[in-house]
Amino acid sequence: MSDQQPATDNILELTDLSKRFGGLLAVDSVGLNIKRGEVFALIGPNGAGKTTLFNCVTGLYQPTSGKVMFDGKDITGSKPHQVARLGIARTFQNIRLFDYMSALDNVRVGHHVRMKAKMWDSLFKLPRERKEEAVITEKSMDLLRFVGIARQANKYARNLPYGQQRRLEIARALATQPKLLLLDEPAAGFTPQEKVELMQLVKKILARGITVFLIEHDMKVVMGISERIVVLDHGEKIAEGPPDEVRKDRRVIEAYLGKSA
Amino acid sequence: MSEPTTVKKPGSLWARLHLRERIKDRDTAIYGVLLVVVLVWPMSTYYATGSSFLTSQAAHAGTWVLLAIGLNVVVGFAGLLDLGYAAFFAIGAYCYALFASFQLQSSPLHHAYHLPFWLMLFVGMFVAAAAGAILGFPTLRLRGDYLAIVTLGFGEIVPQLFLNLDQWTGGINAIGSIDQPSLPGWITGPWAGATSIAILPNFNFSYDPTAYYVLVVIMIIIAVVLVTNLHRSRLGRAWMAIREDEVAAAAMGINTVTTKLLAFSIGASFSGFAGAYYGASFGLVSPDSFLFVVSITVLVMVVLGGMGNITGVIVGAIAIYFVLNNVLVSLPTNAESFANAVGLGFITKTNGDWPGLAEEARRLQFLLYGLILVGMMLLRPQGLFPSRVREQELKHDAVVEEETVAEQVPAR
Repeated sequence: MSDQQPATDNILELTDLSKRFGGLLAVDSVGLNIKRGEVFALIGPNGAGKTTLFNCVTGLYQPTSGKVMFDGKDITGSKPHQVARLGIARTFQNIRLFDYMSALDNVRVGHHVRMKAKMWDSLFKLPRERKEEAVITEKSMDLLRFVGIARQANKYARNLPYGQQRRLEIARALATQPKLLLLDEPAAGFTPQEKVELMQLVKKILARGITVFLIEHDMKVVMGISERIVVLDHGEKIAEGPPDEVRKDRRVIEAYLGKSA
Repeated sequence: MSEPTTVKKPGSLWARLHLRERIKDRDTAIYGVLLVVVLVWPMSTYYATGSSFLTSQAAHAGTWVLLAIGLNVVVGFAGLLDLGYAAFFAIGAYCYALFASFQLQSSPLHHAYHLPFWLMLFVGMFVAAAAGAILGFPTLRLRGDYLAIVTLGFGEIVPQLFLNLDQWTGGINAIGSIDQPSLPGWITGPWAGATSIAILPNFNFSYDPTAYYVLVVIMIIIAVVLVTNLHRSRLGRAWMAIREDEVAAAAMGINTVTTKLLAFSIGASFSGFAGAYYGASFGLVSPDSFLFVVSITVLVMVVLGGMGNITGVIVGAIAIYFVLNNVLVSLPTNAESFANAVGLGFITKTNGDWPGLAEEARRLQFLLYGLILVGMMLLRPQGLFPSRVREQELKHDAVVEEETVAEQVPAR
C-alpha cells in the first residue's frame, strides 16, 4: 500500500455540498470536516436533510454542487459500489437487510467487495475459492459475535427481532472493512437498555480504528458518544461543536422547539 | 429423534456415508431419487414398452430441464424477469445448425461447414452468452417490468430475424439434416435394446435415443454442478443481494450493473448450450420452435418448481413437460376409455352439437393446462420445492440450536 501515511487528518471533508430536488434545496452548501478516529454526530429536526447528506456522501445521490473528499481523494459523484470499495460503509434509517438471506449470508455479502474470487473460480470451486469462502465465513461469524447475534446466524434476516436487525446491519457494514462508518439513526425505536448497548457497540467499533459518523435523534445517545456535533436545519448547517456547546446554542434550541421557546 | 431399528456398526460404510443425515436434507434426497430414476429409466422403459420411445422423450425433456436451470439463474437467483429466454435458445440452435449442415452451401457463402458438435456446443454457449451481454448492457439499468418488456421484445425479434434472413437460415423452410455428433467409441447394451454389451467403434449418434439421453444427462449434471457452485459463491450471494435490495447491495460494494450482466450472460449460455443439443437431437431447426410460448413455458417451469432452488426447477421442468407432452396429449383417449369403463360410453359418440368426448377433451386441453397452473399457484405459490436457508451449509460450531429470546419489537 502506498497510502500508509494519511494524506490528511480529516477522513471526510465536505465543501459547499448542496443537493437540490426541483425547487427544494435539501442540503444547502454544507461544509464539514470529520477527523480520523472520532465519533461525529449529525442532528437536526425531521426533514433537515440529514439522510440526503448521507446519500450524497455514499453516492446514492449526485450532489448538485460541492465537493466530497474522502481520505484525501475526491469522491464527488462516485457510484455507491466505488464509495464502498474506498472504505465508506453505511446503515439505513429504515433497515435495508437482505430479508430472505440468512444473517450469516448478509454479513458475507458485506465481505463481497474485499473478496477476490472471480466467476471462473466459483464455477469450478477452485481451492483458492474454497479457502477464501472458509475465511470469509469465519470472519462473518466473528462479526456476528462482535455485535452479539452469533446465535442467529442461520435465521433469515427478516425473522430477527428489530433490535438484532439493526445490529446485523452494522455487522454487514463492518464486513466491508470500512475506514468510515455512517450510521443512520442507529438507535431509532430502541429501549433505553438497547441504547446503552448500542453506545457500547459504537465505542467498540471506534476501538477498531473506524471513524463513526452518525445521524441520531436521541440526545442521550448523541451526547453520550459523540465528540463533535453538527446541526442541520432546512439543509443548512446552523451549529457545530462539542455536545455541551451545541446544546446551549440559541439557534439549535429554536430549530428544535420553535422560535417562541 | 429415535434410534434406527437396524443399528449398523460404527465405522461401517453405512455410517461413514452419513446417509441418514444426508437424506434429511431435502435437496440431497431429490437428487438421489432423480439419479436412481435416470439410471434405471432407459432399461426399464425399454423392457416395459419394447421401444426406446420413452427414453427419447426423456432426452427431449432434458432440453427443457437445461433451459429451466439456466433461466433460474436469471429469474430465481438474480430476480430479473426475462421473458425472451427462447431467443438465446434459438441462437444456440441456429449456431449449431448453420455450421453443421449443408445450409451455408446455398447461402451467399457457397460453402457448407461441418464443424464438430463438441466444439459447437461450446461455441453456441459463448455466442448466446455474448448475445446476453449485448442485450443486457443497455437494458439492465431498467428495473422489473421495464426489463421484462425489453426482453419480451428481444424474444420476438430473434426468431423474426432467423425467419427473415432466409438467404442464410432458409427462413420458413428451416434447416434440416443437421449433422449428428460422433464419438470414437460407444458402449451399447440391454438398456438400449441390444442383446449384449458391446463396444461400438466410430460411433455416430444418428438419432439414437439412448445416446442422446446419456448426453443430455451428462450436460444436466454439469449444469447442476456449475450452477450450484455459483449459487454458493461470492457471485451467487451478490445476485441474491441484488434481488433482495438493489440499493443496499450497491452500498455494500456490489457493482450491480456487471453483476446483473453476468447473471444474464450465464443464464443465456445455458440456453445456448441447450440450443446446440436441441439442434442436433431434433435434426431440424426452424424459427417457429422458438416462439414466445417457449419462453413462457420455461418461466412456468421455474416458477412452478420453486424459483431459486435448483432441484425445484428440475422437478418443475419435468412435471410441466410431463403435463404438456403426456397428460394433455393422451387426454382425449384417456377420457374416452374412462367414460367407456364407467359405463358412460354414449358420451364418446358424436351427437348433434356434441363432438364426442375425445374431440371435446382435445379442445379443452389448454383450458385444463391453465387450470392446473392456476391451481398450482393458488395451492403452492412458492413452487413445488422452494429454496430455503441451507442449514447444512451454515452449520458452524458457534451456532447453537436455540429458541429466539423473544424481544420486544417496537412500533416503527
